[in-house]
Amino acid sequence: MRKPALDQEAYYRGIPTVPYDLLKELVLAFVASGIVIVVLALALSSPDVPPVTIQTWAQQDPVDFVTTATSELAGTSFSAAYGPPYTDGSASVQTIGPFAPQRWAGNAVHLNPAEDDVLGPLAAAAVGNPDLVSALAAYTSADGATRQDWLTAYTDALDAATTQNGQVVVATGDYGPVPVLMANLLGVARSGGLDGLLLAGDHFFETNYTKPLLFMGDGGYLSGLADNQHLLGSQWGMMNETGSYPGQAWLWLYSMWYQLPPYSTAPNADLLVVLTMLVLTLALALVPWIPILRDIPRWVPIHRLIWRDYYRWRRQSRRARTV
Amino acid sequence: MSIPSRAPAPDAPDASDPSWTAAIRSLLERRLPLAHLLPVRQPFFVGSWVYVFGVVGVAGLVWVIGSGVVLAFFGPGWWHVSGVGRFVNSIHFWSVQLFFVFVVLHLWGQYFMASWRDGRATTWLVGVVIFVVGLVTGFTGYVSQQNLDAQWIAINAKDGINATGAGAFFNVLDFGQMYGIHVMLLPILVTTLVVLHVVQVRMRGVVRPIEPQAPGGGGNPHTEATS
Repeated sequence: MRKPALDQEAYYRGIPTVPYDLLKELVLAFVASGIVIVVLALALSSPDVPPVTIQTWAQQDPVDFVTTATSELAGTSFSAAYGPPYTDGSASVQTIGPFAPQRWAGNAVHLNPAEDDVLGPLAAAAVGNPDLVSALAAYTSADGATRQDWLTAYTDALDAATTQNGQVVVATGDYGPVPVLMANLLGVARSGGLDGLLLAGDHFFETNYTKPLLFMGDGGYLSGLADNQHLLGSQWGMMNETGSYPGQAWLWLYSMWYQLPPYSTAPNADLLVVLTMLVLTLALALVPWIPILRDIPRWVPIHRLIWRDYYRWRRQSRRARTV
Repeated sequence: MSIPSRAPAPDAPDASDPSWTAAIRSLLERRLPLAHLLPVRQPFFVGSWVYVFGVVGVAGLVWVIGSGVVLAFFGPGWWHVSGVGRFVNSIHFWSVQLFFVFVVLHLWGQYFMASWRDGRATTWLVGVVIFVVGLVTGFTGYVSQQNLDAQWIAINAKDGINATGAGAFFNVLDFGQMYGIHVMLLPILVTTLVVLHVVQVRMRGVVRPIEPQAPGGGGNPHTEATS
């Protein structure tokens, strides 16, 4: 039989060897880690705070729901102005000079929050509801300036809105058909119907939650719950988990940049952080070829601790040879 | 067709055999002999505790994959409504934590051992890729949990991904896409890379300890990063 191309015998020449059972070590590691994992699973279980639905949002915080829905209809919400990959806007497009990968990738989702979150679901719910049918007709037949006046006035009025029997009540004003639209949307949402309508697409099976998640993300209710669970970005939320469970602690470095200037105040913080992490990851991967980085292990004597038996043996061997 | 009159020759490697099978077999026998793949003796310095980290990382991955297979079989909603499902999810959750703890310890340990020396640079490179792919796998798992944490992580993380342009084809708000990637594509990739990494380690063996620098430079014959 031919000699192996990578001759370990020559590589380790002069170094004593000891019996070694690779498979036994693997099995023991599997059993030992399994005991730790099962004990942790039995003792601590795992986190599972139920998801928020549009229904619970509308029931628990109807003013926030209606305020958010009005902003979707007015096109002033965060997601309506977002830009690629959801809309043609540019409010959330991040660039570094001419480097604009978000813009280059383009609008892949083609979201229309006014239609997707409000008018479309209301049109579906208008069957057998003449008040809603005429409110929708009044809204869609009005010119853009009139709609904007209604929505601006209604949005201002929502600042002082109250809730009565689950309904949002605002001061009297010239809001056109907007209050009827919002009252009906709130009713559909409170019944749970809007959860289904936001998910419904052109076919029966759906697994894409882009619309309802962006809609909820535009409101304050979900972020309030996230705040209570210390999940916000300013709370190092990326590496946190609900409750007191460990989260993605391995993202600590990624989370850290968001807490430090200039990242914490930069309008393009996400792009800066991702690029910083990309450079650091490349540096880690290419350590063997980068001077200084590859020399640090030789300068820092941690290896002497790791291989202390080897260095002791080496000293003793040399001493024995000298004697 | 003529019938061979004699018994076939012993099935031994033949350097002159032009077949692809013979070439692959010859290559494997030279690069990865069984004595390297399944060694029964090792240099005595592998008795150090640092070598345990990688092995426990692999063991943790086996628990992650095993519990993940059960969760995938019963579907993403099962563990929310079943006590057994919750327990299996807990196994999955804690084995992921264990896996990352030991992978990170392994990574730092290998860094301070300068384990890329003596032609092991690609072993290091594959190890870092495993870590990065592991991060993406963990992330897609977190957004596939179907709970409040998954909702918020997806909403929060979208901006970072969208800023790079990747949001156009990697939509963290699309549960179906994230779940599919998490339960099939990434586990296959991680497992393949881990197998490759272990084979790389077995092909060359563990790296020798760093030799002390001799006065006047030099002194370490094993510092090349070439592979």
